[in-house]
Amino acid sequence: MGDQATTQDIALMAHLMRRAGFGARYDDLVERAQKGYEATVEELLNPDDHSNGLDLDLAERCFVEWCHFTRAVPEYFAWRLINSRAQLEEKMVLFWHSIFCTADSKVQSYPTHYDQLEMFRKYGMGSFRDLLIEISKDPAMIFFLDNCLSHKESINENYGRELLELFSLGVGKDGEYNYTEDDVKECARAFTGWTISNPVPGQPYGRYAAKFVYVPEDHDDGEKTFLGETGRFNGEDIIDIICKQPAAARFISRHLYSYFVADEPGVPSWMETPPQDLETIQMLEEEYYRSGYNIGAMLKLLLNSDAFKNARFRRIKSPVETVIGTLRMVGDWTEPKPGFEFIFDEMKYMGQELLNPPSVEGWHTGREWIDGGTLVHRINFTADFLGDTKFPGIQDIVGRLADIGPAISPAEMVDGCLQYLGHYELSDESRRMLMQRAAKDDVVRTDTAEFPQEVGEMLQLIASTKEYLYA
Amino acid sequence: MTTNKKDRVLVVLQMTGAYDAVNTVIPYNDPHYTDYRQAVSVDAADVLHINDEVGFHPSMYPIKGLYDQGKVAVIQGIGYPVPNRSHFRSLDIWHTAEPAKIITEGWLGKAIRDLDPNRENVLTGVNFGRGLPRALAAPGVSVASVGELESYGVLTGIDGEDQRMEALDIFSKMYSPLIGTGPANDYLSQTGLDALKGADILNTAPDNYSSSIEYGGGYFAQWCKSIAQVHLAEFGTRILYTAVNPGTFDTHANQNASLSKLWEDVTTATVDLYEDLKEHNASEEVVILMFTEFGRRVQDNGSGTDHGSGSVAFVMGDGVKGGTYGTYPSLEPSKLDEGDLQWNNDFRCTYAELLDKWMGLDDRAILGANYEQFGFIR
Repeated sequence: MGDQATTQDIALMAHLMRRAGFGARYDDLVERAQKGYEATVEELLNPDDHSNGLDLDLAERCFVEWCHFTRAVPEYFAWRLINSRAQLEEKMVLFWHSIFCTADSKVQSYPTHYDQLEMFRKYGMGSFRDLLIEISKDPAMIFFLDNCLSHKESINENYGRELLELFSLGVGKDGEYNYTEDDVKECARAFTGWTISNPVPGQPYGRYAAKFVYVPEDHDDGEKTFLGETGRFNGEDIIDIICKQPAAARFISRHLYSYFVADEPGVPSWMETPPQDLETIQMLEEEYYRSGYNIGAMLKLLLNSDAFKNARFRRIKSPVETVIGTLRMVGDWTEPKPGFEFIFDEMKYMGQELLNPPSVEGWHTGREWIDGGTLVHRINFTADFLGDTKFPGIQDIVGRLADIGPAISPAEMVDGCLQYLGHYELSDESRRMLMQRAAKDDVVRTDTAEFPQEVGEMLQLIASTKEYLYA
Repeated sequence: MTTNKKDRVLVVLQMTGAYDAVNTVIPYNDPHYTDYRQAVSVDAADVLHINDEVGFHPSMYPIKGLYDQGKVAVIQGIGYPVPNRSHFRSLDIWHTAEPAKIITEGWLGKAIRDLDPNRENVLTGVNFGRGLPRALAAPGVSVASVGELESYGVLTGIDGEDQRMEALDIFSKMYSPLIGTGPANDYLSQTGLDALKGADILNTAPDNYSSSIEYGGGYFAQWCKSIAQVHLAEFGTRILYTAVNPGTFDTHANQNASLSKLWEDVTTATVDLYEDLKEHNASEEVVILMFTEFGRRVQDNGSGTDHGSGSVAFVMGDGVKGGTYGTYPSLEPSKLDEGDLQWNNDFRCTYAELLDKWMGLDDRAILGANYEQFGFIR
C-alpha cells in the first residue's frame, strides 16, 4: 500500500471527488487513488451502498422531526449529502433538484418533497426519458407548476411551458428557437388529466404525501401538433418527441458540463451564447443518442474525459458544496447530535436554501453565488471550521505535517496544507504571502504546543482566498 | 463616499410572521369585532384611539405617541391581488413587489442600484440580520449584511487582534485584482475588497456614537440601535433593513399574551430609534416603513389566529403626514374574503410613494407600472 498512487493521482482524485461528490478527506483520496480512477468512477456510478449513514433508532433521539419525514426534510437531505457513501447519487439528486425546481414555500408539503428526492435517487442516473415522465408525474411539481389546475376545457400552460423551456429543450439553440407558442399550448393539452390526489389537511392526522393520479375524463384526447408531429398525443408521447430533439441533447449536455466541468453562463443566455467547449458538448450529445438518453452513460464518458480531468478549479462552489464539503473535510456531523438545523441555515445565509430555490429557474450559479453578504458569510463559516483544531479532519492535517519532521520550511507548511485540503492551487502571489505568514524565520517547528493553532490559522487564510471559492 | 447628511434615507422593518392586523389597529366600535374575537380580543376601553372607529393595540403606546405628533401614516387594508397565505411566498411577494410570478430581484435591491449605479459606496444598502432578504438582492448590488455591528467583518474567527489584522492585510493583498485574470476573478476581487472596506467602515460606527437612549437588550432593539449608529456615522447609507426572526408574529396560539409583549418590545425599539435620531438632529431625513407579510383570519381559533389576508402597514417619520390612509376593511361577514379582511390598496402604492416622493427614484422603472400614491409624504 501507499506506493502505487502518485501525488498526481491523488490530486486528480481530489478533483473527481469534489465534482462527483462533496469532497473527501485525504486518507479516503489515497485509498481511492490506489483503487484507480476509472474504478472509482465506476463505483460512483453504480453504488452498492445506498444507506443514509444513519441509525434511525439513534437518530430519532436527536432528530425527532425526522420521524416519518413530515418535517425537516431539507435537513435530512443535507445529512445524506454529508454521510452517504453514494456521493455521486446524492450529487445528482441536487443536480436534478436544481433543474426541476420546486419550492416548499409553495408546495408546503415535506412528505411530498421527500418522495421527490427519493425519485431523483432512483432515476437520477438512468434514462432522461424516464426521468421526464417521473417529474411530470411528481406531485410536488404538478402542484408547483399548477398542472393540477390545467383542465381539458381550460388549460393552464405553466407546466407545459416550463417543461420545454427549463426542463428539456431551452428557449433556443444556436440562435434558433426550439419551439413555438403553439407547441407550448399543445404540450399543455397533452398533460391535462395529469393531476394529484387532494392534499390532506395537516390536522388531525398530520401531513402526508400527495399522490399522482391520471384522470382520463379530464384529459384532452384530441389531435395535437407538437414540434412538427401530429397525433392524439398524451404526455408520454410528448416526452418521446422532446427526447428526440437535438435541443434536448444539447440542453442536458450543457447542464452536465456546467455542473461537473466549468461554469457556463445562465440558461436564459444559451440560445445566443454557444458552449465554451463545443467539442465536449458534442461528445456528450452523441453519447446521449448512442446510450438511449442515458444520463449515467453520459456521466461515465464525461468523468473519464480529459476535458473533465483538466478542468480543475473552474467552477465556483455552490453554498451547498461549500458547507457540505467543509463538514466532510473536518469530519463533523458524522454522528447524530442536537443542533443540525444550523447547517441548513448556513447554506441559506450563503444563498442556497435546500428545497426552496428562489424561483422555477433555480439558483443562479457561478459568480452569482457571490455578493458582499454571502462572501463574508462563506469565508467566515469555512475559516471557523477549518481553523478549529478539535475536529478530527484538522488534527489529521496537523499530524501529516508533523510527520514531515520536527522543523519544516514555510513552503512545506503552505503546500502541505493545500495538499491535505485536497490539492488546492494558489496563485504564486497568494502562495508567497502565505509563506511569509507561515514563519518569521525560515522554519516552522512542528513539535511545539502552538503548532496545531498555527496550522489552523494557515487553513483559515487558505479558506479566505479567491482560489478556495472554486472547486 | 457621500456625506451629505440630508440625503434621504429609508429604513424598512419587517415584522416577520404576519401580525394580526385586526388586533393591531383595532376596529373597537364594530360589533362584529367582538363577535369574531371571543377569545383573542382587546377591551374597547384599552384601545388607544386613532378615531371613532379604530385604535392601536394598547401595547403600541410608543407609536401612539408618535401618531399624536402627526408622524405616523397608518395604511389600512393593504394587500395584493390573489392573497397567498404562505409566509415564504407572501414575503417573496413583498420583497420582489411581484405577486403574479416568482422573480429574484428585490425592490430595494433595484432602488440601491438606481441610487448608486456606479457602486461608488459599498454601504448604500445595509441589512442587519443573518442572510440577505430578497428585498435587497439584485445582480451587481453589494449589500452588507451584518449580524453584529461591533464584530462584523471578514475572518472574525481568528483569535488575537494582531493576528487578525495581519490576516486581513494578507486578505486585502490577495484580493487585489491582478491584470488579465478574467472577469470572474475581477468580480470576486472587487466583492472581497468591498466587503472588507464595508466592514472596516461599519466597525467604526459605534466608536463615535453616544446617546441618551437606552435600547432594550433583544436582538431587534439592538439592530434598531445599529441602524441609528450607521445612519449617524454618515457613511452615505440610504437604505437600512432589518427583520424580526421568522415566525415571531405567527400567533396561532396564546396570542393575547404574546402579541402584547411583541408590540411593546417592537414599537418601543422603533420609537427609540426615532428619538435617537431626533436627539442627534437627524430624524428629518429618515422615514421608517413597518410591514408584515399578510393578515390573519378575522375569526379567532380560540387561542390565536390563523393565516389570513388584508393587513395594515405603518410609515413613520418627520417627513410623514400622519393619519389614516386606505379604508379599514369591513368586518361584515358578507364582505370578507374567505373569512379574511378584503384588501383595498395594493402594497405597491406605498412602495411607489416611498420610492418616488421620498427617495426621488423612478418608481415606475422599479415597480414596472404606475401605482396611485396616497400622499402620506409631506
